[in-house]
Amino acid sequence: MICQECQQKPATLHLTKVINGKKTEIHLCEFCAQEKTEMFPGYPGNFSIPQLLSGLLFNSPDSSVHSSVGLTQDNQLRCTQCGLTFTQFSKSGRFGCSQCYKTFEGKLDPLFRRIHGNTHHSGKVPKRSGGTLLLKKEISQLRKDLQRSIEYERFEEAAKIRDRIRELEQQIGSL
Amino acid sequence: MSFQNFITNAMSEWMKASGADSDIVISSRLRLARNLSEFPFPMLSTDSQLEKVIEVVEEAIQDEGFTKMGPIQLIPMDSLTPLQKRVLVEKHLISPNLANQSRKGAVVLNQNESISILVNEEDHLRIQCLIPGLQLKEAWELADHIDDLFEKHMDLAFDENRGFLTSCPTNVGTGIRASVMMHLPALVMTQQINRILTAISQVGLVVRGLYGEGSEAIGNLFQISNQITLGQSENEIIDNLYGVARQIVEQERAARRYLIEQNRLQFEDRLFRSFGILRLARIIESKEAAQRLSDVRLGIDLGLIKDINPNVINELMIMTQPGFLQQYSGQELTATSRDERRARLIRERLETGHES
Repeated sequence: MICQECQQKPATLHLTKVINGKKTEIHLCEFCAQEKTEMFPGYPGNFSIPQLLSGLLFNSPDSSVHSSVGLTQDNQLRCTQCGLTFTQFSKSGRFGCSQCYKTFEGKLDPLFRRIHGNTHHSGKVPKRSGGTLLLKKEISQLRKDLQRSIEYERFEEAAKIRDRIRELEQQIGSL
Repeated sequence: MSFQNFITNAMSEWMKASGADSDIVISSRLRLARNLSEFPFPMLSTDSQLEKVIEVVEEAIQDEGFTKMGPIQLIPMDSLTPLQKRVLVEKHLISPNLANQSRKGAVVLNQNESISILVNEEDHLRIQCLIPGLQLKEAWELADHIDDLFEKHMDLAFDENRGFLTSCPTNVGTGIRASVMMHLPALVMTQQINRILTAISQVGLVVRGLYGEGSEAIGNLFQISNQITLGQSENEIIDNLYGVARQIVEQERAARRYLIEQNRLQFEDRLFRSFGILRLARIIESKEAAQRLSDVRLGIDLGLIKDINPNVINELMIMTQPGFLQQYSGQELTATSRDERRARLIRERLETGHES
């Protein structure tokens, strides 16, 4: 088979693209293929996961709704723990630490939806860290209840809540 | 247990040609990505933080839960030569990334190599279980158990909403990558493979070659794995992959029957020619070797080629890779002398591989 571009050298690169069931075939020699590399998004050397991810982050159809000022401010988000900025994240496609997930929280849902079609975990919960997490959540709720009981001078109820908090704190300590 | 075994023996647990559907499904692999909440992910950790991770891991594998499973050993990457690392990559025990790009990288291996835990690769921990045949549930149970054992000794980065936190957003949630390695020569010969691979990609699964991302499907070997890690439970992910793998197994069986019924003589001729070449050739390059080994494997599966143990074919697939070949010869080899050594090795193995 002859290269379809220069019509001279034998074709060595054969590319079949199927988009929505429509098939296109491209046959090129090595030389023409080099020149045309940019044309093929799947061609090695021209494509990487980080690039793809940053594309997902920035090329959202509704990006026009962000004012340019808003965007710059968002991009200056910096993780307090590891120092990674949102701009760095969108270039590398990699988080720096677990805190980054909190720092960039507001910007992650669209990204996860595109990668996974979902934003919430529904799998395994680790026995220890997961368990503590749930207990901590309950404790913070109880603290609020306690505050309220004291404000309304319902001391009997407050004492019960206080005991329950202690109990839970002990549970966390023993885990 | 000496780590020398990992380097000099080709045989791993996963090559044993046992387990369900092992004529078509060569191995099942399960990987869990985990991080310690205490430190930044490896890319942004300091060397001393990464050393600390290794210390914590080393301590954790002293847990009796681990020792109950048999001897287990941590091997730092910088204690290995480039060739030794290459061998571990070819055996699928470590990733090229861990071998070449990690700082303070290490791997934890058990004796039969069914467990390999990558330390300080992209994530602090990559727990991998690799076992023969279609045994995804079994691989998950093993990895899940190891995950529990680690969790006793360290705080893992976990968020109620997002699940297990990983360096790359494509792994967040369950951190799970389940995959099956399938040998699909009849689907390739009958040219049905592309249609099937397209269908697979539409159900959230992805297909790769023998050596993972970006590698070519040599020797008719295809690796099929899940893509989505967030929003589905581990069991859903595994069931989905299992269901698809089972269907492909049936399709491959049907294609094999078709080839025998339609054109038995030509089909047999092709397989036996390959067998002949492997037994007699003096020079063979790796791509041809992979193709011929695929033919012979198919011949064994169909009962046409007798007296050869299928383990030997699995083993040869790995032993004929460039790194292993050089390790086996005890020296660096040029491409030409590799082709000669490869041919010799195959001849020897097919000789000793006789079960009679």
